[in-house]
Formats: sequence, structure tokens, C-alpha cells
Amino acid sequence: MDMYSLMREFADSWALLALFVIFLGVLAWAFRPGSRAVHDDIAQSIFRNDLKPAPDAAQEKPAPDVAQEKPAPDAAQRKGA
Amino acid sequence: MWDYIKLAVLGAIAVLAAIGVQYGWDLPYKVNAAVVMLAAAATFIVTVRGMERPKRAANMGEYNDGVVRAGVIATAFWGVVGFLVGVIIAFQLAFPSLNIELTGILNFGRLRPLHTSAVIFAFGGNALIMSAFYVVQRTSGARLWGGKLPWFVFWGWQLMIVLAATSYVLGGTQGKEYAEPVWYIDLWITVVWVSFLLVFIGTLYKRREPHIYVANWFFLSMIITVAMLHVVNNMAIPVSLLSSQSVPVFSGVQDAMTQWWYGHNAVGFFLTAGFLGMMYYFVPKQAERPVYSYKLSIIHFWALIFLYIWAGPHHLHYTALPEWASTLGMVFSIVLWMPSWGGMINGLMTLSGAWDKLRTDPILRMFAVAIGFYGMSTFEGPMMSIKAVNSLSHYTDWTIGHVHSGALGWNGMITFATLYFLTPRLWNRAGMYSQSMVSWHFWLATIGIVLYASSMWVTGIMEGLMWREVDANGFLVNAFADTVAAKFPMYVVRGTGGLMYLSGALLMVYNMWMTVRGLPAKSAVNTNNAIPAQ
Ligand code: HEM
Ligand code: HEM
Repeated sequence: MDMYSLMREFADSWALLALFVIFLGVLAWAFRPGSRAVHDDIAQSIFRNDLKPAPDAAQEKPAPDVAQEKPAPDAAQRKGA
Repeated sequence: MWDYIKLAVLGAIAVLAAIGVQYGWDLPYKVNAAVVMLAAAATFIVTVRGMERPKRAANMGEYNDGVVRAGVIATAFWGVVGFLVGVIIAFQLAFPSLNIELTGILNFGRLRPLHTSAVIFAFGGNALIMSAFYVVQRTSGARLWGGKLPWFVFWGWQLMIVLAATSYVLGGTQGKEYAEPVWYIDLWITVVWVSFLLVFIGTLYKRREPHIYVANWFFLSMIITVAMLHVVNNMAIPVSLLSSQSVPVFSGVQDAMTQWWYGHNAVGFFLTAGFLGMMYYFVPKQAERPVYSYKLSIIHFWALIFLYIWAGPHHLHYTALPEWASTLGMVFSIVLWMPSWGGMINGLMTLSGAWDKLRTDPILRMFAVAIGFYGMSTFEGPMMSIKAVNSLSHYTDWTIGHVHSGALGWNGMITFATLYFLTPRLWNRAGMYSQSMVSWHFWLATIGIVLYASSMWVTGIMEGLMWREVDANGFLVNAFADTVAAKFPMYVVRGTGGLMYLSGALLMVYNMWMTVRGLPAKSAVNTNNAIPAQ
């Protein structure tokens, strides 16, 4: 078989299958049990470190929200509670 | 020591460019060489003056926002330039006598690529670079990596824009849509873009947050894919080192397919993925609520990545392209509708629980309309990729209408909203100078888009139908010139819509200027750069 036909056959069989399986794998990974807490945390990450970089891990961590002009909604609730 | 090496390199570049000015084979090459010479000389002077001053180490305890501020200014500036050229070419189509004879410089054919590159790469590109720099720092909790490299990316990109613009109006082009820049500009783009990639990855690498926020995934895919597309589509062999001409490596239908694989993914990754990155950060920030569903954003991302790359052939229906390739492109385009709307829903639903803010916050309203137009153009696109529909829409103004509902509605609106979001924050102001001007901008832009898109639908479908109209004997009824004459009123409407869009942008620039110049600082020390004790 010439190069073109060979590549084509590979593309619309194994390559297609592999890509599809990878895609399904990604979806399965996103829905894995226990991912909700992680995802909620990432979704909140945009409300941290608004004004300056996070302190070094070595330093003691100050309360994360004091330096921010607007505390993240959940943080506000926590303080209120 | 490092400074002396830099000076030597800059001097060498200036001398080589001077030789290019003298011996170049064609006018675009000579003028570009002159621009490079000036840029090298200017950088030389800046470097020399910098050597006199004591070196100040970058403060790792603050973000590098200077380069973002520069990006905000550049985005607004190039936006106005690009829209202005758009309005000019729109009226040139309505009134051909506006093609003023000036050795060809002001002809439609030369201004059109100037418009497309100015809006996509100068306005859109600067918007992407500056928001990527802003977002990656905030979501990583780390200062930009690479010392002065972000500044190199910024200035390198501006140099690219000036080179491309001066080249186009003098006739330098590769003749590939959205890839017009000639070979040496392409090489420069590659250098700048790879530096952009390094800055971005470097910052992600030293992040303090455990996870990489979804906006960064979109930015990163944009940067990597555009690098790949750019390199493959621009493979060419220069005729001479002293000429702007080159011979492409591919030819015939392979060349066409490569071009539209590039072209479609320029839309898919530059104008879509990158701007989705902006959506996933700025919309939740402005609404002060986390994104509606983080899981959906992951699915949105991977579905787009897996699907977009295949959709290019829908630009080449009914050509020499093999039937299977064309069908493949069509099927993938239709499937693409779903993840696109998933993304739209995710963006809009982020506002749920904050819907009332739409009434009071014009910036949030801009974000919402932008997402709405994203949804509209990603519905229209899959429909136009169906072969039967495309046989009517292709070559007509319907395509132009589709382009601009995406470009003006989605890319333009989300960029304006982002500029309004960033300006007060970056310049330490309490808010924009005038909220009502933001509202005016919103309405001018929205009505402008509606005029633009609806007039193009009307002319597009009209001319499509006129072209295929045959009489009882099977002869075509209309000459091409008949369609041109019939389109005149709609061209005037489109130009008017463009004018409104441009006025809105000018209002924005004035508002930004007054915010920076006219308003007092919010706190004595710029909170972005130094934190006062509270
Ligand atoms: C004031 C606003 C604008 C006006 C009046 C305008 C006008 C025009 C005109 C007259 C054309 C040529 C159409 C033809 O050849 O028939 C065009 C093409 C184009 N414009 Fe705009 N434009 C505007 C803003 C934008 C923006 C913001 C973007 C992108 C972010 C954009 C992207 C494009 C593209 C990609 C094309 C080429 C379309 C194709 O080849 O199918 N335009 N524009
Ligand atoms: C699911 C998403 C989309 C699909 C399937 C799609 C499909 C299409 C189709 C079928 C065409 C016409 C090709 C032709 O007849 O020549 C087209 C043209 C175009 N679309 Fe889209 N579109 C989508 C989204 C978008 C978005 C969001 C934008 C802009 C922000 C955009 C920008 C463009 C441009 C610039 C062209 C003109 C290309 C040219 O001929 O120069 N598209 N698209």
C-alpha cells in the first residue's frame, strides 16, 4: 500500500479510536468521585491573591483574605459566622 | 557585561538593517528594514541610558503589572486603528471612488488585510497577551517569570504589527488570508510567540496554587496551537535574503487545506480559546461568583480541543478538496455546536443569583452580551458548514456577517468589558471615570453590531439567491454587476453600524484617559504594587 492510503487507514481506525478513548478518559477523570471538593476549591482560587503573589510556602501563612479589597464571598461568610 | 553584549547585538542588527535598506530588492523590504533599523537604534539608546541608572532588582513580592498596563493601552489604541480602517473599507465598498489613488497605498485590496490583521492580531493579540499576563499571575499567586522577557514579548509584538502594516500597504504579502506577513516577519512572530510561551509556562511552573485554573488551560492551548499552526502554514523558501518574496513549500490543494486548517484554527484558538480564557476569569470576577460549573468547563475545554482541529475543510466546500475531507469538516463543525453552547451556558449561568447586577452594572452587561454573541456565532457557524447551506452562503456577505457577529459581538465586547475591568484596578482608581459613558458605549456597540450583522444577512442571502437564479431556459438571470448594484443600500447601513461601533470605542478611550488622568488615586500607595499595613 502506498504511504497515503496507509496513513489514511491508520487515521480513521486506530488513531480515531485512541483519540476518542483519551477523550472519554478525560471525562471520566473529571467526574471521578471526590472531585467536587477539588473543583470547588479551584473555582474559588480566582478570589485569592488578587493584589500580590502568595507568600512563600516557607513563611507562615497569614490569614489569606486580610489584604484583599473584597474578600471572597465564602470567606465573608466564614468571618460572619 | 550582559548590557554590552546587548549593545553589540543591537548595533549589529542596526547595521545589517541599514544594508537591507540600501540593497533590498523591493519597496516593502526596504521600508521594513528601515523600521527594524529605527527599532534597534531606539532600543540601543534605551539600553545605554539604563546603564547609567543603578539596577533595581524586581520585587518578587509584587506582580509585574507594568507590562499589563502597557498592554491595556496598546489594545485600546490598536482597536481604534483597526475599527477605523474597517469603517474606511466598508465605505470604499459602498462608494468605490473612495479608493484614492496614491500609488495603491489606499486601495481596498491593501487596506483589507490591514484591517483584518489590525483587529485580529493587534487588537485581539494585545488583548490576549495582556490578559494572559494578568490572569496567570493572579491565578498562580506568582510574579511573571522571565525578568524582562514579558517586556520583550510586548515590544516584539508591537514591532511585528508595525512591520506587517507597513509591508501590506506597500504590497508585501504572502497572499494567504490571516497569514499575510512575509517570511521574515513570520520568523520574528515565531521568536516572540515562543517567548510568550516561555513566560507563560515559567509562571505556571512557579505557581503557589496547587491547581491550574481553567482560564490558563485555554490560554496555554491557544499559545501552543497558534505556534504549531503558524509554523506549518508559513513554511516557505525565500527567493533571496534581500527580498520579501518567498515560495511556499506546499502547493495546490495541499496548500489550500493547510491554509484553512490554519485559518479555521486561527478562529478556533486565537479568537475563541484565548477569549474563552478571558471569559472564565473576568466574568466570575466581575460577577463576584465562582464559575457556574467547573466540571462543565473541563468538558468544554477538552471537547473544543478535540473537535476544532478537524473543522477547517468547511472553508473549502465544493472545491478540489476530496469529498470525504469536506464531509469530515462538516460533521465535526456540527458536533462543535454542542461544546460551544456548553461554554456559553457556563458563562451565562455564572451570573445566576446575580442577574440583578445586569441592570446596574454596564460592564457585566457587556460580558453577558459578548457571551450571547459567542453563542449566536457558534450556532450560525455549524449551520453554514452544512454543504447545502454553504452553497448559498459561500462567497457572499453572509460570511462577512458571521465573521463580524463573532468578531464585534464576542471578541470586541468581551475585550471592552475586560478593559473596563482592568483600568481602575491597574491604575489604582476606585472605578471608571464615568459609568454612563460605559452605558453609552454598550448601546452604541450593540446597535452597531445589529446594523452590521442584519444588513449582511440581507445582502448575503440576496446575492446568493441572485447568483443562482435561472430563467425558464436555464440561463442565469443576473450579471454580477446587478448584485453589486442591489447591495448598495445595505453597504451604507453596514458602514453606519461600523461608525457607531467606532464611536463607542472612542468614547471608551476617552473614559479610560479620564480615569487615569482625572481621578484621584484610591489609596496613597498603589495597592497592586505595595500593600500598606491595614
Ligand atoms: C468598526 C468595526 C468594523 C468594520 C466597519 C469592519 C468592516 C469590514 C469590512 C468592510 C470587511 C471586508 C468585507 C468584504 O471584503 O466584503 C471586513 C473584513 C473582515 N473583518 Fe471587519 N470590520 C470591523 C471590525 C472588525 C473586528 C473587531 C474584527 C475582529 C476582531 C474584524 C474582522 C474581520 C475579518 C476576519 C474580516 C475578513 C472576513 C472574510 O474574509 O471573510 N472586523 N471588515
Ligand atoms: C462552532 C463554531 C463555528 C463554526 C462551525 C464556524 C463555521 C464557519 C463557516 C462554515 C464559515 C464559512 C466558510 C466559507 O463559506 O467560506 C465560517 C467563516 C468564518 N468564521 Fe466561523 N464558525 C464558527 C465560529 C466562529 C467564531 C466564534 C468566529 C469569530 C470570532 C468565527 C469567525 C469566522 C471567520 C473570520 C470566517 C471567515 C473566514 C474567511 O473566509 O476569511 N467563526 N465559519
